Amino acid sequence: MTIDLKTVKKISKLARISVDEEKAKKLESDLNSIFEFIEKLNQLDTSKSKPLTSVVDTKLQLRKDEVKSQNIRDQILKNSPDENKDFFVVPKVVE
Amino acid sequence: MSNILDLTLVDLVEKIKKKDLSSKEITKTYIERSEKSKKLNTYITEDFESALKKADNFDNKPNFDKKLPGIPIAVKDLFCTKNIRTTAGSKILENFIPTYESTVTNNLWNEGAILLGKLNCDEFAMGSSNETSFFGNVQSPVGEKIVPGGSSGGSASALAAKLTPTTIGTDTGGSIRQPASFTGTVGLKPTYGSCSRYGIVAFASSLDQAGPMTRDVKDCALLFSVISSYDSKDSTSINFRREDHFKKLNKSIKGKKIGIPKEYRVDGMPKEIEDLWQKGINIAKDAGAEIIDVSLPNTNYALPTYYIVAPAEASSNLARYDGVKYGFRSQGENLIDMYEKTRSEGFGNEVKRRIMIGTYVLSSGYYDAYYLKAQKVRRLIKNDFDDVYKKVDAILTPSTPSSAFKIGEKTNDPVSMYLNDIFTVPINLAGLPAISIPAGHDQKDYPLGLQIIGKAFDEQNILNIAYSLEQEIKFKNKMNDWWL
Repeated sequence: MTIDLKTVKKISKLARISVDEEKAKKLESDLNSIFEFIEKLNQLDTSKSKPLTSVVDTKLQLRKDEVKSQNIRDQILKNSPDENKDFFVVPKVVE
Repeated sequence: MSNILDLTLVDLVEKIKKKDLSSKEITKTYIERSEKSKKLNTYITEDFESALKKADNFDNKPNFDKKLPGIPIAVKDLFCTKNIRTTAGSKILENFIPTYESTVTNNLWNEGAILLGKLNCDEFAMGSSNETSFFGNVQSPVGEKIVPGGSSGGSASALAAKLTPTTIGTDTGGSIRQPASFTGTVGLKPTYGSCSRYGIVAFASSLDQAGPMTRDVKDCALLFSVISSYDSKDSTSINFRREDHFKKLNKSIKGKKIGIPKEYRVDGMPKEIEDLWQKGINIAKDAGAEIIDVSLPNTNYALPTYYIVAPAEASSNLARYDGVKYGFRSQGENLIDMYEKTRSEGFGNEVKRRIMIGTYVLSSGYYDAYYLKAQKVRRLIKNDFDDVYKKVDAILTPSTPSSAFKIGEKTNDPVSMYLNDIFTVPINLAGLPAISIPAGHDQKDYPLGLQIIGKAFDEQNILNIAYSLEQEIKFKNKMNDWWL
């Protein structure tokens, strides 16, 4: 199957990555060559194979949900791109 | 003391313990050489001043019971380091200061090691040549304008150029073993679940593992024993009794069964790689190992499987970089526009390409055809290894299908770049341990590596085989310090 320009634009919307016309065209050609390579998998009969989600064969361990780091709010907020004191700030979403 | 640079990690530890050398002398020597080696572009962030202070502190109050007493180490910039910028080679994390330390680096510092700085890598570890880094490509000490491999390219280059006595990297599809092979160094990708992933900037969570990159196999065994630990903060970390691999290192491989998989003899494999492989087989045979021909029939499907699974996981992991919490933001007309512009400007082309692949294979209507299909093939690939390991103790292959290439040679053709990892990717899909050791040179005097693949949690066995081969191969680097 081939990926057309319309699909590239749809994927970029889903991925929240804006692309201009020129970039979309380049991506169209890159993605097609990669998917051509990936399509090789269709040669393989997998009807009897169970999907492998993790190579780790054990059950996930549970632990208590405890607060271990304290008083790091200011440090964490320092990574915020917008100046503020108490919160991460985003552009206005409610009119 | 220029000979400090020639000492292995194990030698340095011994000299420090005997008080023949101080931490300060060693740290200063490595800093001086690093300062003179900027051309290689290995460091993204230097932490030299603080390293010297820590070395002083160590010398004033030495603790010789530690495994890495006062040893300076530079690490891949994918490990979060508390209060020290961690970029993952990306513009989107250019100013990110973690508030916590990765478990693996924490293990280093707990054993007395000192951080020298953070090393360049492909952006979010996506690349095989260190050309996708926002901070520029790294040159290999092997030759001018030659790639060091990737994604742990800065680590491999810094190690081979003697800018750090030893280092650590991460390996999702070959990112430790391929650069180790390209630079004549040793690199181990441990069993999935052996080293904690906590605090490592995530790429593909079901494949990522941290591992040691070292000058020789002894160093590798020592460093691996330090970084491997059970960690409740990583839900896939496995709780088992860790051994002292260094103490148990044993070069006798008499009677070991070593498998040679016929599917790794790929079309168009250069003769020098084939010869190198044969040389490894002969050495193992002479050391008393039994060589057995084996088959891993689904090898050919490993790369296509990887290029579905890894981008799918990456697209999910990288969703967090939205311009709100990690420092970088592009202004937009509204929230969505801000997200889209931030991600478009903050990520490089390879990362965007992989997010797009991942988004597509996970999107409604395509999930079964791609992602589910890939997970089923992944099972078949793992089954191949399980079957072979009923007959053999380990598998021997080349590490890469070619030696290091020129910067820019493969950047326009993503698929040809991906083919670099043809021998390393299946191991990540199966969650197994594998080590690359330097084993020879090509016609241009660029290093070539051999890979030994083990059963899950059988690192000791592959370290022993690597140690045995190393004694006979007697690899000598042919670098001429061209960048100085």
